[in-house]
Amino acid sequence: MAHLRIDRVSVAFPLYHGESRSLKKTVLAAATGRLGEDRKHRLVVEAVRDVSFSLHSGERVGFVGANGAGKTTILRAMAGIYEPMAGSITIDGAITALLDQSQGMNFDLTGRENIRLRGLFSGLGAAQIRQLQIDVAAFAGLEQFLELPVRTYSSGMVVRLGFALATAIRPQILLMDEWILAGDAAFLDRARHRLETMVRGAEILVLSSHSTDIILQWCNRVIWMDDGEIRADGTPDEVLAAYLPPEQFAAAKLAADNSERLRHV
Amino acid sequence: MATEPGMKGALVDGASAPIVVSHGANWRERARMAANDLAETRQLWPLVWTLSLLDIRLRYRGSLLGPFWLTLSTAIMIAAIGFVYSHLFHSDIASYLPFLSISLVFWNFISAITAEGSICFTQSEGMIRAMRMPLSLHAARVVMRNILVLAHNIVVIVVVFAIFRIVPSAASFSILPACGLWVVDAMAVCLILGVFGARFRDIPPIVASIVQIAFYVTPVMWSPVMLMHRGISAILVKWNPFFALLEIMRGPLLGHALEPTAWAMALGYSAALVLLAGLVFIHARPRIAYWI
Repeated sequence: MAHLRIDRVSVAFPLYHGESRSLKKTVLAAATGRLGEDRKHRLVVEAVRDVSFSLHSGERVGFVGANGAGKTTILRAMAGIYEPMAGSITIDGAITALLDQSQGMNFDLTGRENIRLRGLFSGLGAAQIRQLQIDVAAFAGLEQFLELPVRTYSSGMVVRLGFALATAIRPQILLMDEWILAGDAAFLDRARHRLETMVRGAEILVLSSHSTDIILQWCNRVIWMDDGEIRADGTPDEVLAAYLPPEQFAAAKLAADNSERLRHV
Repeated sequence: MATEPGMKGALVDGASAPIVVSHGANWRERARMAANDLAETRQLWPLVWTLSLLDIRLRYRGSLLGPFWLTLSTAIMIAAIGFVYSHLFHSDIASYLPFLSISLVFWNFISAITAEGSICFTQSEGMIRAMRMPLSLHAARVVMRNILVLAHNIVVIVVVFAIFRIVPSAASFSILPACGLWVVDAMAVCLILGVFGARFRDIPPIVASIVQIAFYVTPVMWSPVMLMHRGISAILVKWNPFFALLEIMRGPLLGHALEPTAWAMALGYSAALVLLAGLVFIHARPRIAYWI
C-alpha cells in the first residue's frame, strides 16, 4: 500500500544572487510576509511553511491556490527533489513526478535514447527496455518519430512522451503539475483512462492545477495552498466552494458534470 | 477504442523501500544520506555508463570520424608540439615525444575533469529538478565520460611507443593502482568543484584559469630533468600535487624505477582530497537542488 506523509515540512529558497541585501531592505517590509531570514541571517523566500498532511492509497488529491502559493514547491518536496529545511517526508511506494515539461529528458537525444535512459534509471534490463520503448511509443503515438532528436518534436509530442514515460513504469504515487493538460483532446482522454486504471489499483495521484473542472473530475480530495500554508483540506466540493467565487464554482461544476456525461455516452 | 496501446497497463511495478527525506538535523544523519546517495549511484551504474556513452556519441553525432576525432586531434597536437619543443629544449625527439604524449594525454584528463566537474550539477539542472536521483550520479557521469575520452587518447601513446620501439618495463604494472587512484581523485574533484560551482557561479572560470596556470608551472611539457641546471624552483616540482599524480603514471611507463616519494605525495594529496570531498558533499548535498 502506497503512503506519503509530509510532516511539518518547510521549504525556503535562499536568495543568493542579486543584491539580496538591498533587496532585503526594500522588500522585507512588503506585505507578502514570505521573506524571512534563516539562522545565518540569509534572506530566504519561504515557499512552504510548516505543512503537514498524509496521503493514502486510493486518494486523488488536487492542489489549488494562486500562482506562487507553493503548489509546485510542495510537489517537488513530495518527490524528494527539494529536501526540506525542516520536518520530514516519508515516501512509501514507487514515486514518479511529472513536474517539468522536459521530464529531465535530454532534448538532443532521440526519443528512443531518452526512453532507454529512463528505463535504466528504473533499473530495467535490456529486454524490458525494448518493451518499454514499444509501449511508450505506442501510447504516445510517436512510433515514426522515435529515431529523431526530441528537440525536433512539437511541444504536444514532448508532453505525450513525458506522460507515457512516467506512467509506463507504473508508479504507485504519481505527482503531476498541470502542464499535462497541454495534450490534445484525444490524448487527454487516453491519459485519463490510464490514470484511472492506475488510481483504481489503490494508488495515489497528486495533481496541481488551476483548472478547477479537471480537479472536480479527477480528484476526491482537494488541498488549498495559500502563501505557503494549507488554507483548507477536504472534499473537492467543500474546498472549491470556499476557494472559488460562487459563479465560477457553479460553472466549473457544470463543466465537470457535462464532460462526465459525455464520457458515459 | 479498438486498440488501446499501452493500456494493458504497466510494464513494471515500481516498488521500493520507504524513503525518508528529512532535513538532516545532525551531521550523522547527513552523512548517512550522503552515503546512500553514493550507494544509489553505484546501483545505477548502467545508467552512468549509458549517459557517458551518449554524451560522447552526441558530441560527434553526424561527424565523419565520430569519436576518433578525439584520437586524431590529440595525435596532431602531440606531433606538432613534440617537433617544436624538442627543438626548443634541445632534446632528442625519440625521448621527448613519448614523454610528451603521456604528459599531455593525462593532463587533458585533469583539465577536462576540473572544467566539466565544476559544472557537473549546474549542467544537469533539468534532470535534478525533474526527479529524485542520487546527485553523485552527475559527478560519476563526468568521470566516466572522461575515462572514455582518455581511452581514445591512450591510442596515441601506444602509437608513439610503437614508433619509437619502446617496450614498457615490468614496473609499468604500477600504473594499475595509479589509475585506480586517479579515478577516486577525479570523483572527489567533481564532487568538490561541482558543489562550489553550483553555489558560486564564478567558480568554473576561476578553476579554468588556475588549471591553465598549473599547466605551465607543472612539468607537463618539460621534464624537471631538462631544466634542472636552471635552478627550477623546488616548490614547482616537489610540492606540486599535479606533478606527483602525473609522475606515478609517467615514471613507470618511461621505464623509471618506482618512486616512493611521488607515490607518498600522491597518496597524501588524494587522501586530503577525498576527505574534503566527503565533508563538502555531506554538508552541501541537500542544498544542491536549491542552488542550481
